Amino acid sequence: MSTLKEAPPALEVRGLRTQFPGRQGLVRAVDGVSFAIRRGEILGLVGESGSGKSVTGFSILGLVEPPGKVVAGEVLLAGRRISGLDGAAMRRIRGAEVAMVFQDPLMTLNPVLRIGTQMAAAVRAHDRVSRAAAWDRAEQALTTVGIPSPRARLDAYPHQLSGGMRQRVAIATALLHRPKAIIADEPTTALDVSIQGQILAEVRRLADETGTAFLWITHDLAVVSSLADALCVMYAGRVVERGPADAVIAAPRHPYTVALVGSVPSGHAPGARLPQLAAGLPPRGADGAPDSGCPFRTRCPRATEVCAAPPPERDFGAGHTALCHHPVEAAA
Amino acid sequence: MSELLRIERASKRFRQPVPLGDRLAAWLGRPRPPRAVQAVTDVSLTVARGEVVGLVGESGCGKSTLGRMVAGIYTPSEGAVLFEGAPVMPGGHKRSPRVQMIHQDPFASLDPRMKVGETVAEGPVAHGIVSRAGADALVAETLRRVGLDPALRNRYPHQFSGGQRQRVAIARALALNPALLVLDEPVASLDVSIQAQVLNLFMDLREAAAGGSGLTSLFISHDLGVVRHVSDRVAIMYLGRIVELAPTRTLYAAPAHPYTRALLDSVPRLGQGRGVFHPIAGELPSPLAPPPGCHFHPRCPHAGPRCRVEAPALLPVAPGQSAACHLHHGGTAAAATA
Ligand SMILES: Nc1ncnc2c1ncn2[C@@H]1O[C@H](COP(=O)(O)OP(=O)(O)OP(=O)(O)O)[C@@H](O)[C@H]1O
Ligand SMILES: Nc1ncnc2c1ncn2[C@@H]1O[C@H](COP(=O)(O)OP(=O)(O)O)[C@@H](O)[C@H]1O
Ligand code: SF4
Ligand code: SF4
Ligand SMILES: [Mg+2]
Ligand SMILES: [Mg+2]
Repeated sequence: MSTLKEAPPALEVRGLRTQFPGRQGLVRAVDGVSFAIRRGEILGLVGESGSGKSVTGFSILGLVEPPGKVVAGEVLLAGRRISGLDGAAMRRIRGAEVAMVFQDPLMTLNPVLRIGTQMAAAVRAHDRVSRAAAWDRAEQALTTVGIPSPRARLDAYPHQLSGGMRQRVAIATALLHRPKAIIADEPTTALDVSIQGQILAEVRRLADETGTAFLWITHDLAVVSSLADALCVMYAGRVVERGPADAVIAAPRHPYTVALVGSVPSGHAPGARLPQLAAGLPPRGADGAPDSGCPFRTRCPRATEVCAAPPPERDFGAGHTALCHHPVEAAA
Repeated sequence: MSELLRIERASKRFRQPVPLGDRLAAWLGRPRPPRAVQAVTDVSLTVARGEVVGLVGESGCGKSTLGRMVAGIYTPSEGAVLFEGAPVMPGGHKRSPRVQMIHQDPFASLDPRMKVGETVAEGPVAHGIVSRAGADALVAETLRRVGLDPALRNRYPHQFSGGQRQRVAIARALALNPALLVLDEPVASLDVSIQAQVLNLFMDLREAAAGGSGLTSLFISHDLGVVRHVSDRVAIMYLGRIVELAPTRTLYAAPAHPYTRALLDSVPRLGQGRGVFHPIAGELPSPLAPPPGCHFHPRCPHAGPRCRVEAPALLPVAPGQSAACHLHHGGTAAAATA
């Protein structure tokens, strides 16, 4: 590890802001997000639906649909700036140096083409190799993600595979060019638990063995606690808490993370009432966009008047931080 | 506790649309067996008054189909569903208001053009439980029961959050004063923080009803943690069959069926530590062509020759606990002869 210490992170995001014009004003879907993922590291990005997780992923890859727009921030891949590149340059990088896996693998798989045809095309999009060599590489990639009889699978059409197999194909396709980073958006949410377990085990192994960095987007805390090295918790477009995954889950400091962790039933005696959060939207300023105060204060049990001012970043050591005026003390 | 629901050896088959090739073959005189999905096979289960039975299993294993048979939405292909001793009446609005089903997606299950007050009143008025004039009071009371302000009755579903919408769906069912609720993945589409609201509401309703009307439920979920939290007993389904049935505590502490054990092991748990995975090997077989014998045998670490040919019956293994596995009943070695 010591030799890698000086190396830049595999993927780094600095001050990312992405906005959509909305009916009630600007939607700040991503509002100043920063993080770094080292080689072979898995960073879990959690938060409730609408918190900006997917838009973060799309923004990194330059895939935000107009009228949405990345208005600020930098994305660095192994130290090289990829944000702001033109379409053609971005296409050369996407799929080769950074790749994405979606919740629904059918989003990336063409239903009328054989798996092998699609994967070979993906190989040849970036590398000038023969057809046969491309099929060989596709077969290899399927083997890597634990697909049995990979040669036969290459001849199959997407609908002939189970959901879990399709998701493995999507991950294998993402791995074809040994990208520095893979962004996976709710990749196991639609899968059954027994299949999800298989994929999580493969991904952990791939990160360890190939050094690929993963941004693993999910709303499932149990998944990140078993998979991720580090964790970012998003709320209303901002990372409100971050740190080593086990530290954040064992001793959450931001009231929102506390509520997230606390509402998982397995942490409570059967039949006990679960701590619940009121619903509520972030307060909006005159322009319709969220103000600079803490966006969680409409739902936060610890909120006081000072929470209308921008929350400070508190440091709890070992990279564990939270944006909050009144962070929760760690339980003794 | 007296028995409220009895499912007796119920099965449900669905015909799949026949592909063109097969139709051509049939037209040429070559007989083709109809492609049928056996969604539920020979399921027996009783639910006592006031009891919550959790129904767990992976996608496509037949949970919703079983729930729909209980609610009278589907008629069993074989067997029977008895409610208060009488067969559940299938079909449309004549269905008994005493059994109500709550569906997974509160977005899809509420009519977007109806105010929620109208949605809640619709059933009771149609069933003659209240007059149109009397509906107002019932709507107010029911919305209050699910923790919603009755003043919100004039809003439309899109003006509610996911958790509130699921409360409206529950209110709509409760307004009919059902004796049995079938909840099909009631929290699956909700964020964890909102999920807690709906689970708390469910537990409150259950306690409030424990003395009086006695709210009994079949609680369908793929989430083992959620089911453990709310159920008295749990049934585990695999490819259309119940493979284990046990009191909740027993099932989680001492699962008897290899599939239950594997399922419990494969679920990532909060705080179990990083990199600890015990996935179940193999794929979920297609319900169109389930493996012969014990459906679980291609993935089971204990499978023996008998498992490949003989389907195990659901039989008692401990007080209150049943499992469908040869390990517990005569071993997996040879096929039974007698
Ligand atoms: N109306 C139908 N017509 C044909 N096949 C059906 C029908 N309803 C269900 N099936 C099939 O029956 C099987 C069981 O389906 P069911 O919906 O009961 O599963 P489930 O356990 O509820 O799954 P999930 O967890 O995905 O909701 C599946 O193979 C499904 O495709
Ligand atoms: N194409 C779009 N047009 C307008 N608003 C969008 C679009 N995509 C996302 N948003 C908004 O951006 C915010 C974050 O969305 P998203 O990143 O999809 O959330 P998550 O993935 O965390 O559930 C939400 O308020 C969402 O409504
Ligand atoms: S800053 Fe205030 S409102 Fe925001 S999370 Fe902390 S205590 Fe709650
Ligand atoms: S019957 Fe055989 S294959 Fe089925 S669960 Fe038991 S041991 Fe495994
Ligand atoms: Mg998303
Ligand atoms: Mg279902």
